[in-house]
Amino acid sequence: MIEIDFDAIYSQSKEQKNATLLAQFNQLTEFHYQHCQLYKNIIDTLGLAPTNGCLELVPFLSTQLFKELELVSVPKSQIIKTLTSSGTTSAKVAKIYLDADTAKLQAKSLVKIMQCFSGKQRLPMLFMEPSNLIADRRGFSARGAGVQGFALLGRDHHYALNPDMSINWQQLEQFFTKYQGQKVLIFGFTFMIWQYFYQAVSASGKTLPPLDAIVFHGGGWKKLAHLAVGKTQFNQAMQQLFGKAKVHNFYGMVEQTGSIFVECEHGHLHAPNCADIILRSEQDLSVINDFGQQGIIQVLSALPHSYPGHSILTEDLGRILGEDTCSCGRKGRYFEVLGRIKKSENRGCSDTYQEVSHD
Amino acid sequence: MTNNEKLVHLFSEALTIAPELVVDSLQYNTIPQWDSTAHMVLIAQLEAEFEIMLDTDDIIDMSSVAKAREILARYDIEF
Repeated sequence: MIEIDFDAIYSQSKEQKNATLLAQFNQLTEFHYQHCQLYKNIIDTLGLAPTNGCLELVPFLSTQLFKELELVSVPKSQIIKTLTSSGTTSAKVAKIYLDADTAKLQAKSLVKIMQCFSGKQRLPMLFMEPSNLIADRRGFSARGAGVQGFALLGRDHHYALNPDMSINWQQLEQFFTKYQGQKVLIFGFTFMIWQYFYQAVSASGKTLPPLDAIVFHGGGWKKLAHLAVGKTQFNQAMQQLFGKAKVHNFYGMVEQTGSIFVECEHGHLHAPNCADIILRSEQDLSVINDFGQQGIIQVLSALPHSYPGHSILTEDLGRILGEDTCSCGRKGRYFEVLGRIKKSENRGCSDTYQEVSHD
Repeated sequence: MTNNEKLVHLFSEALTIAPELVVDSLQYNTIPQWDSTAHMVLIAQLEAEFEIMLDTDDIIDMSSVAKAREILARYDIEF
């Protein structure tokens, strides 16, 4: 199993990080090559090598493959949890198989990353979700996995929505009254916060007592594009809702739960020590080295042990803004996400609640 | 009830397992009953019973019954 140093999770600058990650990725690729026959077949068919001289040469799988194939690198008896993520235009579901070791690494990584933004103490926490989201404890949707992972960071968890996605005023008023003026954590998917919370609260005409909130939101902007809601407007809405709000967007995927990329105080998404991003050309998938140029995002994570998801080509477009030089002081690459590549499904965590969406 | 009896009782309640199964070597994620959902229930109950506030490091470090006792000892809970 990979040894990961989770302390000072944004501390490694380019050379050190590349050396550490390359060793970890060769070890991971070799492990999955030896233990997952389907993965071996793919690597062999493509004529790739499990051990490579630089990160850019580490083989990557498309997210699509996790929908087509059962990719797992440990005996099925060791699987304790299966995460699923479905595309909305197809019935195909991606399945991510977790053993105890991988689940533990994911939880630890998430906590160590988030501590950099919300501290070690566990704050009162409000989820922009219905409380019945996690019905089956052995299998989770991407949204369920997000809620369960982030729950570790808070205490006295409240849920803002009813199962039909209407506002649970009783829970909400209780939370806002109890913690008026105090530091709290808010977690939700971008689209859910906007559509089911912000718009509903605004329409109600009710005012809630002010909080001192740290808001973490992710899952993509795609669903808000037709409403022409961008980052500035979203962040302003959060100030209006919570009184005081520090807003952090995050980028992550169910295939690499735990090693998420969180937006810093300057609005840049940052790669922690245990993860990285590479950009590839939309034409031929060659590596784009120039900062500022748009490309398809490839994500690397040292956490996946029970399934070969350590190197994945996403269906997102992005742009690397710099490396080791962000004025927030965090080392590593920082970037922004620009949207989905054209041919991909309109997939996003918040899209999984499709029944009542308005488009 | 001694602190140890309280601890066994809380584990047994939160994980819905028999008290006899709450032994030092019992580890997180090795039985279906001790998953992350049960873990959060356990944490909330430990905090309420012993009147302490555990931080995020404590939560991810609490990987066995023995480890739970070790962490609680840091908050001056004697066993």
